[in-house]
Amino acid sequence: MTDLPLRPRLSALEAAWVIARRDFVAVLFSRAFLFFLLGPLFPVIVGGLAGSIGGEVQRDAVSYEVGVAMSPEDTARMVAAGEQLAPQLPFALPVLRPVPEAAKDPAFDARAFMEARQGNYAAIVSGSPQRPVIVGTEGQIARWQGPVSLIAGHALAAEPAAFPEVRANPVATSAADERTTRIQTAQIAQMLLFLLTMLLAGMVLSNLVEEKANKIIEILAAAIPMDAVFMGKLFAMLAVSFVGIAVWGTAGFVLFGGAGDVVSRVTGFDITGLPAPAVGWPLFVLLGVLYFAMAYLLLGALFLTIGSMATSVREVQTLSMPVTMLQLMVFFLAAYTINQPGSGMEMAAIAFPLSSPFAMLARAAMEGAVWPHVLALAWQAVAVVLIVKAGSLLFRKRVMKSGGAGRDKRKKGVRLPA
Amino acid sequence: MDMAVSDQSLSGNRAEGFSAVPADGRPLAIEARGLVKSFDGTRAVDGVDISVPEGAIYGILGPNGAGKTTTLRMLLGIIDPDEGVRRVFGHDRPHDIGRLIGYLPEERGLYPAMKCIEAIAFMGALRGLPLKEGRKRAVELLERHGLGHAADRQIRQLSKGMAQTVQLLGTLVHEPRLVVLDEPFSGLDAINQGKLEMMIRALADDGVTVIFSTHVIHHAERLCEGVAIIAGGKVPYAGSVEAARDRIPAQVRLETRAREGAWLSALPPETRRNGDFFHFPLPESGIEPLLKGLIEGEAGILSLSIERAGLHDAFVAIAGEAAARQLAADSEGAEA
Repeated sequence: MTDLPLRPRLSALEAAWVIARRDFVAVLFSRAFLFFLLGPLFPVIVGGLAGSIGGEVQRDAVSYEVGVAMSPEDTARMVAAGEQLAPQLPFALPVLRPVPEAAKDPAFDARAFMEARQGNYAAIVSGSPQRPVIVGTEGQIARWQGPVSLIAGHALAAEPAAFPEVRANPVATSAADERTTRIQTAQIAQMLLFLLTMLLAGMVLSNLVEEKANKIIEILAAAIPMDAVFMGKLFAMLAVSFVGIAVWGTAGFVLFGGAGDVVSRVTGFDITGLPAPAVGWPLFVLLGVLYFAMAYLLLGALFLTIGSMATSVREVQTLSMPVTMLQLMVFFLAAYTINQPGSGMEMAAIAFPLSSPFAMLARAAMEGAVWPHVLALAWQAVAVVLIVKAGSLLFRKRVMKSGGAGRDKRKKGVRLPA
Repeated sequence: MDMAVSDQSLSGNRAEGFSAVPADGRPLAIEARGLVKSFDGTRAVDGVDISVPEGAIYGILGPNGAGKTTTLRMLLGIIDPDEGVRRVFGHDRPHDIGRLIGYLPEERGLYPAMKCIEAIAFMGALRGLPLKEGRKRAVELLERHGLGHAADRQIRQLSKGMAQTVQLLGTLVHEPRLVVLDEPFSGLDAINQGKLEMMIRALADDGVTVIFSTHVIHHAERLCEGVAIIAGGKVPYAGSVEAARDRIPAQVRLETRAREGAWLSALPPETRRNGDFFHFPLPESGIEPLLKGLIEGEAGILSLSIERAGLHDAFVAIAGEAAARQLAADSEGAEA
């Protein structure tokens, strides 16, 4: 007999911790998890590389360089004017380059030069700033005609242009205007939350099926209450998903930090231009983490229940389809209600546990009040506990039916009560 | 010989048996009354009464599908009974005293990627044993059972027998006061069955209560102080092995030189002839009047033996021929 002063049982939290610790370590140090981590990084890395290469290719293919074949003085004025305007109109103006051949040959024929496919210019501007002539393909002419006209006009100005500093005097905009700009933040946050939840909660799906395949589930069920087993598994998977988010977030940060402008140019999306959410960025990020945890736990609890009922991974996939569809529907519901603050529809989306995290995250982007989030988080936590309780009850009632953890003992496929 | 036992007599048997009041007054480790469990409208367990005194080795004996596993699961709190009560060390909720219980399910299972030492420590941790202490004890247990060399091997690298031993050690690592084993002998070869029997006896010697289910009568007969015979979800007998055997009169086996004669009238009407031997239950009047009749009738006794009934005979008498045939078939299947 033991001399250790041990209590007769573990508390529910301690029991959940034992399960969570094992699952977390087992998943984290498995090769499968490494592939899971790298999986979403591949498209990002490939996309980043492709974007970077594409940007370079684009710069080469769609040349920004326009040759200037005017008199040396006019050429110098045009180039200077282009350089002066460039900071004000980045990417909108061509880079003007003097054409060396034109400087050497007074009878330089720009058209013949272009037709001979010499040089690497998108177009060549000849004539004078007063009467510029642009030579190039129709597409290049359509693209650069206006900017060249602007540069020529600037080159003709009597005095060197000085661009006055514009003093900012922001005014409070209307609530409707704020809402309009913040909707973008709300939508992106909702989409990100949805994608992460769907991607990561799937890990929970086959978790209990594996336990049953390993035939260890009965040992767990005999030692500790099933709801502690469920809770432990859920929180282990949540912790694993935070590791995943940390890795992917770091990769994203590095990608945007190193090649943000390229990504912005290729994707047309500038993350720094996102409107600030109503609760402010720090609280918004915190709420994002909390709502992710809740969305994950809610969906994970459902998936875990399904996993516990199933006997094979194929059965899990079949059973999980309705839940995935339901999750899509509640996401659409939450997305639909962004434009309808205070409506019955939004209240329904907030009250229904599965859509609540999505609806509330959007609300955090749109409304500044904090207390509704406290209430919503509490309600979502209660819903998680209820689903876990129901799941474990169902497991005990439906799964532990006969000898061999629900295994059919007879060869004919009919379950034999023990 | 009709030894069918009526329901009425069974009720009496339960009340008077080993389970109700242990003769030596030991406290009960397990006490169950009227346990009922149905699945999909079928009664898997139908009114089971079991009482196991502390320190006993107790067998639940019955064919596959009789309700053994469901009964054990109810006793352990894995599932709740639809009706009836169960107490383990006086607690209605067995999880409340999980620290005191060790359980080896029929379906052996371990995490294949876990090392032996970690697997044992994890099973201890489930019962409240700190991991560090669990690892320390795991090393000792593995050494003691000849598996010290495999301590750092993954479960998937072990043979089936070694993995079963590791799981059994995981069941015992937290030093429980009650060990519940569901079909512990199935899948083991004769040598390992012998080792397991020794281990069970050693546990009982240390005061640990051991309850195990089996469909192999000789394990129960060799090991158990008490048995519950279960068939069709009912327990027609729960009591001591001795009392079960005493329910059937001793069997007489007689060999005679004479084939015919007046001595034949001395034999009871239930006598069966098998070759040169006559088999019949020992008459209530005893052996002396029988001997007198045989000698006076000039039977020419070559041999006469009185054999006490075995647990198998008791099982046949209590659970019926059909259950006994199924039990025998299960045993053969398990051995095959």
